[in-house]
Amino acid sequence: MTDEEIRSIVLRVLGEIAPEADLSEIKPDADLRDQLDIDSMDFLNFMIALHRELHLEIPEADYAKLFTLNKCVQYLAAASASNP
Amino acid sequence: MGWETIIKSLRDPIVPNLLDYTQAQAAFSWKQARRELEGLPCGAGINIAHEAVDRHATGPLRNHLAMRWLGKSGRIENYTFAELQTLTNRFANVLRSLDVAKGDRVYVLAGRIPELYVTAFGTLKNRSVLCPLFSAFGPEPIRARMALGQAKVLITTESLYQRKVSKLRPALPSLKHVLLIGDEEQRTCAPGTMDLHRLMEDASKQFTIEPTDPEDVALLHFTSGTTGTPKGAVHVHEAVVAHHITGKLALDFHSNDIFWCTADPGWVTGTSYGIIAPLTNGITSIVDEGEFDAERWYAILQDQKVSVWYTAPTAIRMMMKVGAQLAHKYHLSALRFLASVGEPLNPEAVVWGQETFGRPFHDNWWQTETGGIMIANYAAMDVRPGSMGRPVPGIEAAIVRKTEEGKVEIIEQPDTQGELALRAGWPSMFRNYWNEPERYKKCFAGGFYLTGDIAKRDKDGYFWFVGRKDDVIKSSGHLIGPFEVESTLMEHQAVAEAGVIGKPDPVAMEVVKAFVSLKDGYTVSEALRRELLAFARVRLGPVVAPKEIEFRPKLPRTRSGKIMRRLLKAEELGLPTGDTSTLEDG
Repeated sequence: MTDEEIRSIVLRVLGEIAPEADLSEIKPDADLRDQLDIDSMDFLNFMIALHRELHLEIPEADYAKLFTLNKCVQYLAAASASNP
Repeated sequence: MGWETIIKSLRDPIVPNLLDYTQAQAAFSWKQARRELEGLPCGAGINIAHEAVDRHATGPLRNHLAMRWLGKSGRIENYTFAELQTLTNRFANVLRSLDVAKGDRVYVLAGRIPELYVTAFGTLKNRSVLCPLFSAFGPEPIRARMALGQAKVLITTESLYQRKVSKLRPALPSLKHVLLIGDEEQRTCAPGTMDLHRLMEDASKQFTIEPTDPEDVALLHFTSGTTGTPKGAVHVHEAVVAHHITGKLALDFHSNDIFWCTADPGWVTGTSYGIIAPLTNGITSIVDEGEFDAERWYAILQDQKVSVWYTAPTAIRMMMKVGAQLAHKYHLSALRFLASVGEPLNPEAVVWGQETFGRPFHDNWWQTETGGIMIANYAAMDVRPGSMGRPVPGIEAAIVRKTEEGKVEIIEQPDTQGELALRAGWPSMFRNYWNEPERYKKCFAGGFYLTGDIAKRDKDGYFWFVGRKDDVIKSSGHLIGPFEVESTLMEHQAVAEAGVIGKPDPVAMEVVKAFVSLKDGYTVSEALRRELLAFARVRLGPVVAPKEIEFRPKLPRTRSGKIMRRLLKAEELGLPTGDTSTLEDG
């Protein structure tokens, strides 16, 4: 999967959790939780949805590696490359 | 049950403040607890800010670290008691210069930033009433709480103001002053506001607290009921006696402790124990601006050498999911006492503490209305995992039932379910619901405060939480009123009816779920579901807004027309719903 494909899946999932957000405004290196008013339960749902969409295991210990959009793409791309 | 009792061996060199529960309970008096505090000079009463800040700033703890602030991005700021005194004096003078008087309501809407703590104590020094609001609230909960308490002053950040408050100004006629904290330490000049830091610089650092009666109102904390608007629990300056002594007895504060309360001051725990109790006890309080992140939290526990840690079940369960392995990477040898509050802590989590940190989590129980910890597990008392523990010295708790004549009857039989009640009259008991004396009166009967929580007491005096008597939702340690969520959903043009429940959740205890029926002419669709979710999130903010919305052609109602939330909940849980008479609200 390309980075762009991953990015669009991440954005789609974020749009389900925070449908009020203007996703084009997201700063790719800033914390998603602050930008989109995502609380800890929303973030958990975000992780579950990414797992469902991408069929990738995301261990809880790695959640902090997915706090920004760019980090999400980077992490998920690496995970999908090692788990084809 | 079936969990083994955790026996305390008292191997620590630090001797717990409460060593023998029965003895401490018998020997305790509030009068004596009051003597641990100083009171204002010349018998001029008692003021929370004096006990927390000024008393130490003028004594041997003057240069002791009172608060260490950890910024989101890694910045650290330290405040000694003397420095806090100067800053809080300045802010009290700012209020005075703006003609903010005794009893006027001063609201603070901010994340966990140093200004929040400074303005809180400055407000108390000026004898104005402090009302902290949770910064993740959306505009609607903010508006409702500010209108109910007739806020005169608001302190907030520039970005929160622009996003959530500026449009509300016309709806808040009592609001005279908005003091802004600029983002990234910049000055602010938004129309209709003033720059907090500029005002602070111009203010004198000398301030003498005027005589403060123990019954003068100090704090206003909003909490949620099943119906109607949020309730503003009123607390007075005398509450500090309970804040102080419960910190000492239930959280076992000792003079060299470094204490971290992870709660946000927007909720009562974050005020009573995140702002007040550690400082009255003269210990160092850690304030972390960041949100939950297991690694960050372990690093804080290690690097700050936290010795007493007070957190919440949702966070503990999230840490459990991450796994003990991560915890073992850190040196947590400074940790001496772990406590939890917000919702009942499941026995697995209590025991996980024991396995992971070599110490169990000590669950305790209290409410916005009680102002401080009422029932607790103590350092020197054996822990029965899943129990909230035993009443703190000075508190008489009972399991009661209401009789037909509206009186209360104490249930003496152990292990019998009933309403948890507290003998009225402790210092941090709420003194009213703001402007709602009738609602307040209804909470009392036969000399007891009726908590609305259903519990049991075992034969040895340990209390066990069973559930809520009403429909209030407990989610991630926060109390959410279903009515507040329903009313917002009803404002959407497509919505005919809304019923909101707490759906059981393994991490958050409950999450907010809304059932919605649509008006004629609207059809159920995924797009509409998302639109409603967005509508609710924008108005209520993420903590109050539903996490799930389900459409129903019609919602069940009682004969009197009330939506039957309990039936919706029973259906959600797959419970039998045949006999709906017992499900109706009382």
